[in-house]
Amino acid sequence: MAENTNLQEQYRKKKNKEEMKQQVITFVLMILFTVIAFGMVIYELDKLFVIPTLLILAVVQVGFQLYYFMHMSHKGHEMPALMLYAGAFVAFLTVLTLSVLIWW
Amino acid sequence: MSTATAQKRGFGAAIWDYLTTVDHKKIAHLYLVSGGLFFLIGGLEALLIRIQLIKPSNDFVSAGFYNELLTMHGTTMIFLAAMPLIFALLNAVVPLQIGARDVAFPFLNSLGFWLFLFGGIILNCGWFLGGAPDAGWTAYAPLSAVSPGHGVDFYVLGLQISGAGTLIGGINFLVTIINMRAPGMTYMRMPLFTWTAFVTSSLILFAFPALTVGLFLLMFDRLFGSGFFNASMGGNSVIWEHLFWIFGHPEVYILILPAFGVFSDVLSTFSKKRLFGYTAMVFATTLIGFLGFMVWAHHMFTTGLGPAANSIFAIATMAIAVPTGIKIFNWLFTLWGGSITINSAMLWALAFIPTFTIGGTTGVMLAAAAADYQYHDTYFVVAHFHYVIVGGVVFGLFCGIHYWWPKMFGKILNETLGKITFWTFFLGFHLTFFIQHFLGLMGMPRRYWTYLPNQELDTGNLISTIGAFLMAIGTIVFIINVIYTSVKGHKVSGDPWDGRTLEWSIPSPPPHYNFKQTPLVRGLDPLWIEKMEGRKGITPAEPLDDIHMPNPSILPFIMSLGLFIAGFGFIYQVDNLAFLWVVILGMGITLGAMFVRSIKDDLGHHIHKEDLEEGADQ
Amino acid sequence: MSSDQTLNPETLPEQPERATLEGKNKFLGFWFFLGGETVLFASLFGTYLALNNATNDGPGAEELFGLELVFIMTMLLLTSSLTSVYAMYHMKNNSFSKMQLWLGITVLLGLGFLGCELYEFYHYIHGEGFTLRSSAFGSAFYTLVGFHGGHVTFGLLWIVTLMVRNAKRGLNLYNAPKFYIASLYWHFIDVVWVFIFTVVYLMGVI
Repeated sequence: MAENTNLQEQYRKKKNKEEMKQQVITFVLMILFTVIAFGMVIYELDKLFVIPTLLILAVVQVGFQLYYFMHMSHKGHEMPALMLYAGAFVAFLTVLTLSVLIWW
Repeated sequence: MSTATAQKRGFGAAIWDYLTTVDHKKIAHLYLVSGGLFFLIGGLEALLIRIQLIKPSNDFVSAGFYNELLTMHGTTMIFLAAMPLIFALLNAVVPLQIGARDVAFPFLNSLGFWLFLFGGIILNCGWFLGGAPDAGWTAYAPLSAVSPGHGVDFYVLGLQISGAGTLIGGINFLVTIINMRAPGMTYMRMPLFTWTAFVTSSLILFAFPALTVGLFLLMFDRLFGSGFFNASMGGNSVIWEHLFWIFGHPEVYILILPAFGVFSDVLSTFSKKRLFGYTAMVFATTLIGFLGFMVWAHHMFTTGLGPAANSIFAIATMAIAVPTGIKIFNWLFTLWGGSITINSAMLWALAFIPTFTIGGTTGVMLAAAAADYQYHDTYFVVAHFHYVIVGGVVFGLFCGIHYWWPKMFGKILNETLGKITFWTFFLGFHLTFFIQHFLGLMGMPRRYWTYLPNQELDTGNLISTIGAFLMAIGTIVFIINVIYTSVKGHKVSGDPWDGRTLEWSIPSPPPHYNFKQTPLVRGLDPLWIEKMEGRKGITPAEPLDDIHMPNPSILPFIMSLGLFIAGFGFIYQVDNLAFLWVVILGMGITLGAMFVRSIKDDLGHHIHKEDLEEGADQ
Repeated sequence: MSSDQTLNPETLPEQPERATLEGKNKFLGFWFFLGGETVLFASLFGTYLALNNATNDGPGAEELFGLELVFIMTMLLLTSSLTSVYAMYHMKNNSFSKMQLWLGITVLLGLGFLGCELYEFYHYIHGEGFTLRSSAFGSAFYTLVGFHGGHVTFGLLWIVTLMVRNAKRGLNLYNAPKFYIASLYWHFIDVVWVFIFTVVYLMGVI
């Protein structure tokens, strides 16, 4: 029994470690995305290309943050995901409205 | 003399008990009493408005005071009466309906109440401190940003604080319904009132932050010289309109959905039938919640958003009539072939169906953007929203209060007085507002202080005022009923209506741990299932054991008090910078209380098995 | 069955933050709160986007913003996000002192971020004469970025309070959820910042 818990403990630690490795990779990617974003602006690439790319990079980065750093990829996050996406939906409508529906 | 002191201490202890309580049933009492009080204040304001409009060119109140009255009537009724009364029912009933001993966050539940109450008090302080808010309950910028005096400041700070309380309450009920359901209580076995509580809470979660931001912007403009709505600084007042209605439209669904839930439970109980089309009802509820977020700009058809935007929002608005229609038909089919009992609660439910249908019909009329240019800002709109809010929400509250009163207080409200309340209020309501449709179509603009004679508006306004007095009489009779019942009423059993859902399986009023043993739910209408199988109560899901309960705490009261004090500091620092110290003091109290809450472990206490068994013997 | 035993088991379960009902409730409630915060910040972003050209003849985004400081701030906050992941990693492995260490690093990085932000605001106000009252653009800028800064400040106070309060007694099932949701909050602050540096700064100087 004691041995069994010990094994489980070891297995858990190993799994945690693997996940941590993933998270470090995520972090490196996020830094890379950030550098690309700043780079594109500093080197003054074409605006029509830069703005959508910036937004895509930001959304992907936020996805990383949510799914890996905040563990949304784990089990038991169905309700958090539902409410976060619902919030994101209202957020999207709000930002869209205030950007295009205010006269000028 | 000794008894007098004992009684006095008893009274003090009772006050302290309510100040520190984290029991959802007592918090329901607090919401009921304070919401009821604000309902009376809002009703008084409505009466003054109607007296002013009883005849043309009247000068019963001054024009400025009239603006304050109509602003405070709307604000009070929505935020300080309807919302807390709905929270009263939610607190009293939802944990019982899902077989829970408590809510998920008892401490936050109490905090939510005290924030609401102190916010409501700030809002009403304007009356005594140089003028109440006077820019309409929608507080449209730029009027609200430049309105002189401190009136609108009270609106901003009051709503900000009570809005935070509502948001906390919403999160609490979401988590309660998701995490605290008894074994076997699947989502599709939840009573419809609990379902509507769930959808309403999620609407609160996503709607209130928009109001929070809107109020912050307005506060910064008024108190710190920013320029969000100030055109001379490049500001844009349409931002306020959008933020307000992104919050404001879901808000009306926040109010009406729980009322729908009340009617669903009441109609099925008193028809002795399972709710017709339960699944469709749940689907319609969530669909209304979803669509509720996509229609706010129908309040802004005449703002000049352009024909494309107007068309989109017009169609989305009309689409809401579909799920609402599903509900209306399901209620009718629940009645169909039922063994119907008509009592006070049922009367309100029956009256609701045609009344709300009228309100819904005028809603679709208003949704037609082109036609709305004609209706906009007339009494037609006033009639419409009173038909849905009074005919829906207030009828629902009366219905729910009559239905659950025995559960909350152990006594049934007097039926005769209940019926008098219903008939006077019901007739008064239609007398007041039906005629306003025509006043509106004849061109009478809303929010005006007075009107000129010989425009054929005189008779209609007179009828409307008479109706308002009938509603007031109905309300007074209701208060008499409450007093009469608490003095003379007889104790009733836990299940006076032959109910179907879990709350009727426990004593009235329930013990503070609600369920001695967590119930095992075996289907929709769990109590009814047990009754049909010849059992007396619900099958328990666990053996009798110690029950874990949270400890009472005064901290929620102190936190809210701190924000109340800080609110005054914010308002008056414009006049005198020394008031910034009041801000610091207030925020210090609040943050200090939060700090204490954070570092002091609160593990709650246990009710022991032996005590529970003793209680059963008594 | 005293609370002491149930809250201090010899080995922590796999997910100490969700091992008790209170923990489950906190976890869910806090995620929902973040859902609401999404709308709150969206309203602020929307307001900013509506007003970002309303400079009222005062300084605009292009003249004001320099990217060097923003880049440093971004790196500080991103790294602090990783360090708080490390802290949670050690929480799950039940090594309290390592968790405290990583949380401490998170706090230091957060303080660095906050210092940069204060320096930036000070520079705008005193160097450029750009304030909340300069223009609608100024109001929107300070409100959006200031709200985020306020969140950072609150998060720092929160984490420090938790660290000090629990320094002596170590990890148990009562405080594990508290640490966990504080770290969720910290990540969310980073989420918001990703949009701020993209929408406000990068798109502002483009």
